[in-house]
Amino acid sequence: MSDRVRMTGWALLLLIFAAVPAFISSARWIDFLELTLFVAVLGQGWNILGGYGGQYSFGNAVFFGTGAYIQALLQYKLGIGPWAAMWFAVAGTVVVGAFIGYLSFRYGLRGSYFALITLAFSEAFLVLSRSLKSLTEGGRGVQLPLNQDPAQALAAFQFNFSDPFLRSYGFYYTILIILIVACALTWWMERSRFGAQLVAVRENEEAAEALGISAFRVKMGAICLAAAISAMAGIYYVQKFLYIEPGIAYGTGKSVEALFAPIIGGLGTVAGPLLGSFFIHGIGEIAKETLGRAMGDRPGIDLILFGSILILVLAFLPRGLAGLLESVCKRIGGGRDA
Amino acid sequence: MSKIKTNRSRRDFIKMAGAAATAVAAGIGGFPYVARAAGNIKIGIVHPVTGWAQYSGSQARFGAVTALKEINAGGGIKSMGGARLEAVLGDAQSKPEIGAAVVEKFNEAGVSSIVGAYASNICLATTQAAAKYGIPHVVDVGVSDKIVSRGLENTFRFGPGFGAITKAGVENFLNINKAAGSPVKTVAIVNEETTGFGAGIAKIMTRGLKPAGIEVVEVLSHPTPNKDFRNIVLRLKEIDPDVVIPSHYYNEGVLFLRTLQRQKVQPKAIYSVLGGASSQYRFLAEFPDAAQYVMDCNHWFDPRNPEALALKKKTEEAGLYFNYEVFLAYTAMMFTADAIERAASADRGKIIEAMAASNWAGSIMPYGPTRMVNGQNTGARPLVTQVLGKEILVIAPETYAQAKAVFPRPA
Amino acid sequence: MELFGLSIPLYGWQTVLGSAISGVFLGSIYALVALGLTLIYGVLHIINFAHGALLMLAMYGVYFLWRYFGIDPYLAMLVIVPAGFFFGYGLQRYVIGWASHGKDEIILLVTLGIAIVIENGALFFFTATERSVRVPYDLDGIDLGVTYAVYPELAALAGSLLITGGLWLFMTRTDTGKAIRAVARERQGARLVGINVDHIFAVTFGIGVACVAAAASLLVPTYPVHPQIGSLFVLIAFTVVVLGGMGSFVGALIGGLLIGVTEQLGRLYLGESLGLITVSLIFILVLLFRPNGLFGQKTGQGSS
Repeated sequence: MSDRVRMTGWALLLLIFAAVPAFISSARWIDFLELTLFVAVLGQGWNILGGYGGQYSFGNAVFFGTGAYIQALLQYKLGIGPWAAMWFAVAGTVVVGAFIGYLSFRYGLRGSYFALITLAFSEAFLVLSRSLKSLTEGGRGVQLPLNQDPAQALAAFQFNFSDPFLRSYGFYYTILIILIVACALTWWMERSRFGAQLVAVRENEEAAEALGISAFRVKMGAICLAAAISAMAGIYYVQKFLYIEPGIAYGTGKSVEALFAPIIGGLGTVAGPLLGSFFIHGIGEIAKETLGRAMGDRPGIDLILFGSILILVLAFLPRGLAGLLESVCKRIGGGRDA
Repeated sequence: MSKIKTNRSRRDFIKMAGAAATAVAAGIGGFPYVARAAGNIKIGIVHPVTGWAQYSGSQARFGAVTALKEINAGGGIKSMGGARLEAVLGDAQSKPEIGAAVVEKFNEAGVSSIVGAYASNICLATTQAAAKYGIPHVVDVGVSDKIVSRGLENTFRFGPGFGAITKAGVENFLNINKAAGSPVKTVAIVNEETTGFGAGIAKIMTRGLKPAGIEVVEVLSHPTPNKDFRNIVLRLKEIDPDVVIPSHYYNEGVLFLRTLQRQKVQPKAIYSVLGGASSQYRFLAEFPDAAQYVMDCNHWFDPRNPEALALKKKTEEAGLYFNYEVFLAYTAMMFTADAIERAASADRGKIIEAMAASNWAGSIMPYGPTRMVNGQNTGARPLVTQVLGKEILVIAPETYAQAKAVFPRPA
Repeated sequence: MELFGLSIPLYGWQTVLGSAISGVFLGSIYALVALGLTLIYGVLHIINFAHGALLMLAMYGVYFLWRYFGIDPYLAMLVIVPAGFFFGYGLQRYVIGWASHGKDEIILLVTLGIAIVIENGALFFFTATERSVRVPYDLDGIDLGVTYAVYPELAALAGSLLITGGLWLFMTRTDTGKAIRAVARERQGARLVGINVDHIFAVTFGIGVACVAAAASLLVPTYPVHPQIGSLFVLIAFTVVVLGGMGSFVGALIGGLLIGVTEQLGRLYLGESLGLITVSLIFILVLLFRPNGLFGQKTGQGSS
């Protein structure tokens, strides 16, 4: 019963998102949606490992950045097309994820130790991408050539100069499809044996091991999946902005954005990252439009408000927005969900 | 009700004009912006006023806004019946993608042109986003030569780029050296390599200095931000070059010059190329000793121009320091206003045409008449300054010089 | 010398020794910033993302005391350290503790939220303008032959030693210190024997912020103050805390100095940018092979 309700909800949501061009023509709001969905994808990548697996990463930028760099460098250096580069970007990032996972989980790092080692890895990648100039172009970053031929828009995976529809909505659909894939993967994982094992490891690693679950293998699976999803966000970023540099790729910014969304939205839920991302960007936008505007050219006030609201939400909604939604649903549905 | 109608008619127009619009050369298209006579003309001003580049971004915003106010105070756009310019401010938060998002908002707000966005990597994102809608975008600082080499028809840079500045730096340096009896045999370069605005400086320098018998003995690159310059200064102490050529941002400039001073390392001259702190009034005010005799080939205003001096006074009265962020953004806005004046229209396409064809010569910069080639003003040039006592004076080229270079510096 | 396409240069011994000495000075600054962090980490088990923002705030405090009251930055400690304690106490007791419900992932976000508020508050009220304090003894110092050591650098080194010693004495000789250690080791047990755990948490956080305030006094004569200054030190401070062992003051001091020297030598030989990789490498290797750090107590891995 509740499953059917949930499915209907998702289908409805999907329909609304797919039909966005029918009722939003404002490029500014499309851009807002794109940014929100982008962070939701980053968040879903974090959620797999952090939400379901209980392994809090502070360095998910390493996956986003590697995906973005592979996508950009294969095109820039080897002239490989964007549609082919994509697969290598995902695969290469999974390899990096497996490498970091192998080291961390082999040596049994958990909790804040795992958080710190992911932070250390993203910092190491940041330094390397800045220094190994012959490979990454260093701090100047990789700038992909702009395709200005509308006929080539799809082949070049660039919509800046394509027909008006693609120009307005091309990247919106790109990130929407990526988010759907990410959510579908998460949803599949949630109901699979693998997902159940992952949750078991999160709840009590020793007990899970006693039941014959290999915590190491389960966590490796999760980090690879997380890497793949985050890499897709990187691919989107590179195709949209045609530019990547070390700070954007491996700076702490993306790591922080990735963990904010699911924690606020609801850890270990399919919808959490999306809810959280909407909330964060909604607040940010409102703060900017109200206080930010009122204060004219004095920067900072909107982010002060944003930070304060964040703390308040954390104080009053410890289970995230998904938790709130669930309890509201439960109250309406008379507790049938339980 | 009427709003919905406009939207619909705009959309229909787009549909009909779709084929035609895409056939037209790249970039020009999007929502046609119809300006009412004597109505406000909106100008988007985007800078990183929060995040790592916040100081420079705020300075640049002040410059652009000041110019806009002056234009309005002076009677607005005369060819449009005194139409006023209206600033639409945006914060890029020091992130390229936020900069691009700001441009989307600008488009929505119906801006006719954009001025911004200080840092090179943000400029790359904002100019590209603006190109989608055919919004003219005047880059104020962003010295990376990639910005104007992409064939974007909407993108203009009024100031000089990195390549031009470095070449002028070499030329002027050779002249100064010659006038002093050619005492320089060796130079060492200290440059930032994180944001890469100065990538390639070593190559240009070596190529330019070698024929004059000057050797680049060491290139010491460092990241931005950098919290310690002891290693670099120790290396300079060891190799003892005649001249040190720094090229980096303000914070690093301050730290580097202070470390030289603390470690009592004193080359014959410090001659920077885009030296961050080397021609900044703020650095001079705070550390007059460390700043003495430092030369800098950088963006600089025409010191004989009364308007420039008035702007300097106004900036100082606002409690800010008069530096290149201020006067470049100011000039970018003035150039924009002049183009609108020439176009006699708030239409984006017409403004782009006017910018491309502009021969404006009224700036406070030592540029001469504007000549845009692929969006770069080829008339733009840097000046060489030196800190002498309590002043920063122009020492080269000859035409603008206020003082003779003190070179080599007295021990 | 060529290695993987990177040329490894051979320098004179003066340069190498000078670089190592400068690493000691840089390391003393890392240790100063890490001392407060290791205390908070060791007792409360939280990764305090607001640490850099608090450092920045304290540096502004020192700057304004100098600018408007002419108080020497070192003398400013008398004001700024107690102020830091009370600020930290209030922050933990009435904001972090209240908002986090004792959940680690929430604490992390709350400190991130606090960092956002403080950093942008500084931006809003003090603007992005970078400010420097000028002290008359800025350029005076001792000639060590290969390099000069100016008084502000020597003061920072001495300060890191004194604060480490002071914290150690406080934790081992006072009742409050003992209570803090009891809470760090066994939260529930401490509660059972009648220790007010919330109060002790807040006291710990307060002392942590007081340490950061002292560090701020010692940093200001060398580093300019702006809203972003804290971020320069935070990541390295985490590395120092892990290397030294979470909760160990002597570890933080030695860890700081070790990282300072390694970083400077790494940067000398690998280049100023790539050399920074040495810090990350130490961080990763310590986490993998010695997660309790050089001086940490054996608490088992992964106490979160």
